[in-house]
Formats: sequence, C-alpha cells, structure tokens
Amino acid sequence: MKLIGLIAVCLMGGLLIYGTADMPDWGDPQSPASLHVSPRYIEKTVEETAVPNMVTSVLADYRGYDTLGETTVIFTAGIACLLLIRRFGK
Amino acid sequence: MISHFHDVIVQTVCRLLIPFIQVYGLYVIAHGHSSPGGGFQGGVILGASFILLCLSHDIQEMKKRFSQGAVLLYCSLGVIIYSGIGIACLFLGGKYLDYGKLHQILPVDPVRARSMGIFGIEVGVGITVMAVMVSIFLDLASEEKE
Repeated sequence: MKLIGLIAVCLMGGLLIYGTADMPDWGDPQSPASLHVSPRYIEKTVEETAVPNMVTSVLADYRGYDTLGETTVIFTAGIACLLLIRRFGK
Repeated sequence: MISHFHDVIVQTVCRLLIPFIQVYGLYVIAHGHSSPGGGFQGGVILGASFILLCLSHDIQEMKKRFSQGAVLLYCSLGVIIYSGIGIACLFLGGKYLDYGKLHQILPVDPVRARSMGIFGIEVGVGITVMAVMVSIFLDLASEEKE
C-alpha cells in the first residue's frame, strides 16, 4: 500500500514538474500577465481610484472579493481557536 | 499561565512604548494608500501592542482595558464593516464592493469615493486582524475557567 502511494506521489510530482516547462520565464515581459493585466492596473490606478499605491488599489478595489475572503478566513481562524481552546462552563 | 510580577523597568518601558506602537499601527492602516502597509499589517501591529501590555503587566490588567467580550465583538465588527460597505454599494445601485457608487452619500466625486471606500475596508480588515490576534493570544494564555 505504501509502495502504491509512493508511486502515485512520484507520478504526480513528475507531472507537475513537466507542467512547469510550459510556464513563462520568471519576470518575462512577454508573458500574458505582463501584457494585459499589469499594464491596465499600472496605467489606470490613479485615474480610477485616486490611490497612489498600486498594491492597495489592486488588493482592496480590483481584487476586493479576494480580500473579503481573506478577512473572513482570519475571522474563522479566530473563532475556531476560540471554540477549540477556550473552556466554557465549569 | 502568566503570573503577576512587578518589574519596574519592564512595566515602565512598556507603558511608555505602547501608545507609540498603537499610534504607529493606526498610521500604517491610514497611510496604506500611499506607502507600504494597510489593514493586515496595521492590525497586526495594534494586536501586538495589546499582547505586549499583557506580557509586561498581567492578563487581568489587559482584560480591564480590552475585555474578552469586546474582543469577540471587534472580531465580527471588522467583517461587518467590510461587507457592510459592499452591501451599501449594492443599495446605491452598483455592484457588490463597487465603491464608486458611494459618492452619492459622501461629499466627494466618484474617483475620490473609491479611495474612501478602500480606506473603509482597510479599517475593517485592521479591526478584525487586531481582535483575532488578541483573541487567539487570550485563548492560549489564560488558564482559568471562563
């Protein structure tokens, strides 16, 4: 059973490494992300949101749903710790 | 777990330092618009200041200023502020979290309203992160029964 697991993990790892060969080079200016999404944010951030810090505008405005999810994750983590660790009653 | 102890140097230094740490935390949240920072980082700094108070004095001293009930309230208050701003945009005729629509209730133009909306949600994130940090610390540190 352990052997099957090892083979499955090695196969999956090999597949993932094989998949990285198709990815664009690190910081490649011709990669799809650098051609469409990034220039849009860089050019329009101040015009559309009046926020000089691009990171903030992407985090809180263009990707607002994502940050709402992150906040909810932190909130859920706090509640889970409370339920697991705190002693209620006697 | 954390017993009461008196160390004049530690207590005095921390008492002097904590207000400055908290002001810096507020600065990091408020200045996230134009410098590195924002709700997550500023919330962690604010939470760390309360944990420092707890470590330098004792847990009762800390609970006098920030009770466990209040901590829980602030945990959810931050998420409510965030999603409340989103729902406010929905009621003003936009999409969820479309801050531009807030210019109808704020005395600014739509572009500045986006900036104000971003600031509002950063405050919400900061409150939640601070309260969750303090809440987890209190859960781990307090041994007595509630």
